[in-house]
Amino acid sequence: MPTNLIDGLFVFMLAGFIGFEVIRKISPLLHTPLMSLTNALDAIAVVGAIVLVGEGKSTFATVLGTIAIVAATSNIVGGFLITERMLSMFKTSRPSKP
Amino acid sequence: MINPIASETLIEIIYFVASALFVLSLKWMISPVTAKRGVRAGEIGMLLAIAGTLLHHGIVDYKWIAIALTLGTIIGIPLGKVHMTAVPQRTALSHAFGSLCVTLVGTVEFYLRAPHVPPFMMSVLSAEVILGGLTFTGSLMAAGKLQEILPQRPITYKGQNIVNLSLLAVSAGLAVYLVNHPGATYLFPLMVGIPLIFGVMMIIPIGGADMPTVISLLNSYAGLSAAAMGFVLNSKLLIIAGALDGSSGFILSVIMSKAMNRSFTNVLFGAFGQVQPAAAAGQEEKTVRSATAEEAAQILSAANKVVIVPGYGMAVAQAQHKVRELYDALTKRGVDVKFAIHPVAGRMPGHMNVLLAEADIPYDRLHDMDEINGDFPQTDVALIIGANDVTNPAARTDASSPIFGMPILDVDKARTVMVIKRGMSPGFAGIDNPLYYFDRTLMLFGDAKAFVGNIVRELSGGSGH
Repeated sequence: MPTNLIDGLFVFMLAGFIGFEVIRKISPLLHTPLMSLTNALDAIAVVGAIVLVGEGKSTFATVLGTIAIVAATSNIVGGFLITERMLSMFKTSRPSKP
Repeated sequence: MINPIASETLIEIIYFVASALFVLSLKWMISPVTAKRGVRAGEIGMLLAIAGTLLHHGIVDYKWIAIALTLGTIIGIPLGKVHMTAVPQRTALSHAFGSLCVTLVGTVEFYLRAPHVPPFMMSVLSAEVILGGLTFTGSLMAAGKLQEILPQRPITYKGQNIVNLSLLAVSAGLAVYLVNHPGATYLFPLMVGIPLIFGVMMIIPIGGADMPTVISLLNSYAGLSAAAMGFVLNSKLLIIAGALDGSSGFILSVIMSKAMNRSFTNVLFGAFGQVQPAAAAGQEEKTVRSATAEEAAQILSAANKVVIVPGYGMAVAQAQHKVRELYDALTKRGVDVKFAIHPVAGRMPGHMNVLLAEADIPYDRLHDMDEINGDFPQTDVALIIGANDVTNPAARTDASSPIFGMPILDVDKARTVMVIKRGMSPGFAGIDNPLYYFDRTLMLFGDAKAFVGNIVRELSGGSGH
C-alpha cells in the first residue's frame, strides 16, 4: 500500500473522531442547520470535478465532470444560503447576553 | 506564472487552512449565538478551496468550469430559498446531488486510470461509486416520498430483503473482482448500475415516519462516499470533509433510531407501516371528554405553567404562527409557556425547532425531551397540537404495543392534558392512544390552526380580568 494512502487512513480516523466529539455536543435545537451545513461542506468534492474538467483529458471526463460541478455547486450555494436563513430565525427571549 | 511546484505547495497550504475552517465551522454550530460565525468559517473555507483549486497547474481550460459553476449557482439559489416545511426534501435532494458528483467523478477516474489501477485504489474507487450510487437514487426516492410525489406508505413484497441483499452482494462481488482484475472495464457499468437500483429498492419499503432516520443515514453515506473519493484523489481536505459529514450523519441516525426505539436494521428492513393489528384489540366503547375553545382558554389562563407539545400535524395545518400568538397571549398574562420537542417531531432531525423558530418563538423556550420530561408533574396544562404517538403512554406501560419502549414525552403526568385533534383517528402506526380516555384529558376537536386561533380570540376577548 503506498504511503499516501496510509496517510489518508490516519487523517480519516482522526477527522472521524473529531467529528464525533464535536457533533455529539451540538444540541438538537440546531440539528437541521447542522445537516444543511455539513451538506454544503461535503460539496467540497467539487474540487475533484474542477480538476477533471480543467485537465480536459477526454470528452467523457469533461461532460461528466461538468455535471458533477453543477451538482456540487448547487449544494454549496443552496446549503450555505438555507443554513444562514435558518440560523437568522433563531431568536432568544432573554435580553442579549453579556 | 508561478512554477508548478510552488503552486502545488500553495494549493496544499490553502487546503490546510480550509480544513481547519471546516472543523471550526462545525465546532461553532454548538450554540445559536456562534452558529452564524460557523457558517461564515465554512463559506470562507469553501471559497479558499475552490480558488486554490483553480490555480492547479494541470488546468488548461476554464470555459466549462465557469459555465458549470454559474449553472450550479443558478440552481442552488432557489434551493436555498425553499419554505421551511420543505427543508427535509431539499436536504434529501442535496444528498442526491452530492453523491451524484462523487459517483460521476469516481466513474471518470476509473476510466482514466484503467487498466492500471492498484488494488487499494480500486477498493476505495469501488466504495466511492457503490456508496455514491445507492445514496444518489436512495436520496431521490426519499425526496420523492417527503414531497409526497411518491406514496408515503411502505411498499413491501415477499422476499424483499433477500432481493435487496443479493443486489448489494452482487455489486460487492463485482468490486472484489475488479480489485483483482482492473482491466475488466466492461464490468464497471454493472458495478455502478446495481447500487443505483439498490438505492431505489432500499427506500421502497420505508414509511414516511421513518424518514428522519433514513435522511440521516443517507447523509452519513454521502459523507463516506466523499471521503472515499478523497482517498482516490489523495486529497486530505476531501477525506476530512467526508469524515466529518459521515460522522455527523451517523450520530444523527443513532439519535433518531433511539428516539423511535428502533435499530438501524429494523428501520432498513422492518417496514414499520405493516404493524397494525394491535389497534383492533380493545374496541369496547370508551368515552372521551371534549371541550370548547372558550373552556380551553379559561383553563389555560388560570394556569401557571403550560407546556405545548407540537407535532408534525401542527406544521401540516400551518398552525405555527397561531401557536406563536397563543404563546404571546399566555406569556402576557404571566403564564410560563414552554415547548416540548420530541426528537422525531418533524420530518428530519431538529426540524420542529426550525419550524417554531420561523414563527418567532424564542429558542430558549424550546426544550428537548430529556430536558422537559421532569417538568410535567409540575405542569398545569400540557397542550398537544398535532402530535400523537410521541405522547402515547402505552409506550411505557403496554408491552404488547408496537411502540413499547419508545421514549415519549410524559404529558400524562401533567395536571390537565389538552389534545387538539381533527378526530379520533390513530397515528401513523395505527395505534390507539389511551391518553385520550384519561379523566384529566380534554379533547379539543377541530383543525389545529382554527382551534388555536379561537383560543387566542377568547384569551384576548377576556383580557380585562
